[in-house]
Amino acid sequence: MELIQQLVNGISLGSIYALIALGYTMVYGIVRLINFAHGDVFMVGAFVGFYAITSLNLGFFPALLLAMVVCALLGVIIERIAYKPLRNATRIAALITAIGVSLFIEYGTIYVRGAQPEAYPSTLLPDKSIEVFGVTISSQSLLILCTSIVLMILLQLIVHKTKIGKAMRAVSYDSEAARLMGINVDNTISATFAIGSALAGAAGVIFGIYYIKIEPLMGIIPGLKAFVAAVLGGIGIIPGAMVGGLALGVIEALVSGLGYSLWRDGVAFIVLILILIFRPSGLFGKNVREKV
Amino acid sequence: MLKVESIDVFYGNIQALKGVSLEVQEGEIVTLIGANGAGKSTLLKTISGLLKPKHGDILYEGQSIAGKAAQMIVKQGISHVPEGRRIFANMTVEENLELGAFLRKDKDGIRQDFEKVYQLFPRLHERRKQLAGTLSGGEQQMLAMGRALMARPRLLLLDEPSMGLAPLLVKTIFRIIEEINSFGTTILLVEQNANMALSVADRAYVIESGRVVLSGSAEELNASEQVKMAYLGGH
Ligand SMILES: Nc1ncnc2c1ncn2[C@@H]1O[C@H](COP(=O)(O)OP(=O)(O)OP(=O)(O)O)[C@@H](O)[C@H]1O
Ligand SMILES: [Mg+2]
Repeated sequence: MELIQQLVNGISLGSIYALIALGYTMVYGIVRLINFAHGDVFMVGAFVGFYAITSLNLGFFPALLLAMVVCALLGVIIERIAYKPLRNATRIAALITAIGVSLFIEYGTIYVRGAQPEAYPSTLLPDKSIEVFGVTISSQSLLILCTSIVLMILLQLIVHKTKIGKAMRAVSYDSEAARLMGINVDNTISATFAIGSALAGAAGVIFGIYYIKIEPLMGIIPGLKAFVAAVLGGIGIIPGAMVGGLALGVIEALVSGLGYSLWRDGVAFIVLILILIFRPSGLFGKNVREKV
Repeated sequence: MLKVESIDVFYGNIQALKGVSLEVQEGEIVTLIGANGAGKSTLLKTISGLLKPKHGDILYEGQSIAGKAAQMIVKQGISHVPEGRRIFANMTVEENLELGAFLRKDKDGIRQDFEKVYQLFPRLHERRKQLAGTLSGGEQQMLAMGRALMARPRLLLLDEPSMGLAPLLVKTIFRIIEEINSFGTTILLVEQNANMALSVADRAYVIESGRVVLSGSAEELNASEQVKMAYLGGH
């Protein structure tokens, strides 16, 4: 039963990784850039949610929505200011810029509000324990899980059923051919950053509610792990990011459950190394299609 | 309808087009022939807004479209079927066709055009739920053409539609090009298969190393010694 309990924890944690990983993977899919500032967008989302709840007295869902909107805007601004001018530059230039943006957001946040951590109010969501087949699940983690799942389903609907989603897929497959269809590539890239960043913002609020403590450098480790999750699933592949995130969360929880909790963080990177050695295109990746 | 006025196009500091001029009248099939690297694709890309000319102008129905964004040019009625098809292999045939109509809002018109395209290419109808990447080369060419037609263009730019196809299929594709033209779509056709191209075209241009070196009616060029030697295998 202890094991199943850990599994449930792992799925909750994994759904947070998955939400962040989606942004990495979508952005990579469309501009072939690892947006290292993505973990910091997640952090900003956590703080926006925190201030929305404590200062504006908003409830969980309005705070979640606000964090998503602010992060979507932040993502678009980052892309327009930092990445767009470098679209035809070398990959290494874009990568270094991404790291710069990441540091800028982290230390900009510290400059503005200080480095002290905050604690999410624990009374926001009713915390009852529900007993299912002898396993206790908190109503909180259930709600968090449901929110993540709804967001992922929503994303799938956007990507497959809407015009902007089809434009995103077309641009990520062949941006020149997409232009010939009349698709505005710049707007499509902005939309991708907006959606990916909104999901990271949602993950930030969910993280705050689940783990209580937030601070300006909180985005680094979950950001890296979500990156691992995206690579695990196959970078650029949306369902891959979902599965990769969940898998990573479960692996971590099981490692903790087996009594090796000090190995928790390490195991994510062992997974990264293994996947890069044995299946570099990821679980869902087929033949690697390198752009020419 | 389309008037290209002595355009210069560069890739970095390599000049690919040197003062190219060309004209297409409404209703015509005009073909552009030339060897590998002559600049044919560059010209089509410049017309459809993927590249900007450094000098010169491109007039479409009297208005300058040189350097305009590709989506504006599609909107004005020019569709480009690029070299190598460039279909979206990870999407279904149907989704590819939908993307062709990306800028249109007239639902009824789009539905009619779906039917037209499926009539023109019955194969595509059979395979509409199939991923485009699983189509054969010929079917992919049909899809690329169908996708361009979904924008309901008045001018269709075709870049080497016969590339890599078996002779029988080449015939089919050219028959369809004539059919599309007979419905009133003007066509600018880039080809290396000069024989076939000249057999369907009204007029032709020959391009060599970024310059137009010869132009005239298809019959004239068919009879020209210069063209025979260089492009028709000397017979
Ligand atoms: N992206 C590019 N960057 C640099 N040079 C290019 C690029 N694309 C084409 N060129 C050069 O421009 C010239 C014209 O190329 P273009 O593709 O227009 O020729 P083409 O007539 O279409 O040839 P083909 O029949 O082989 O398709 C060539 O010398 C080519 O090397
Ligand atoms: Mg070419």
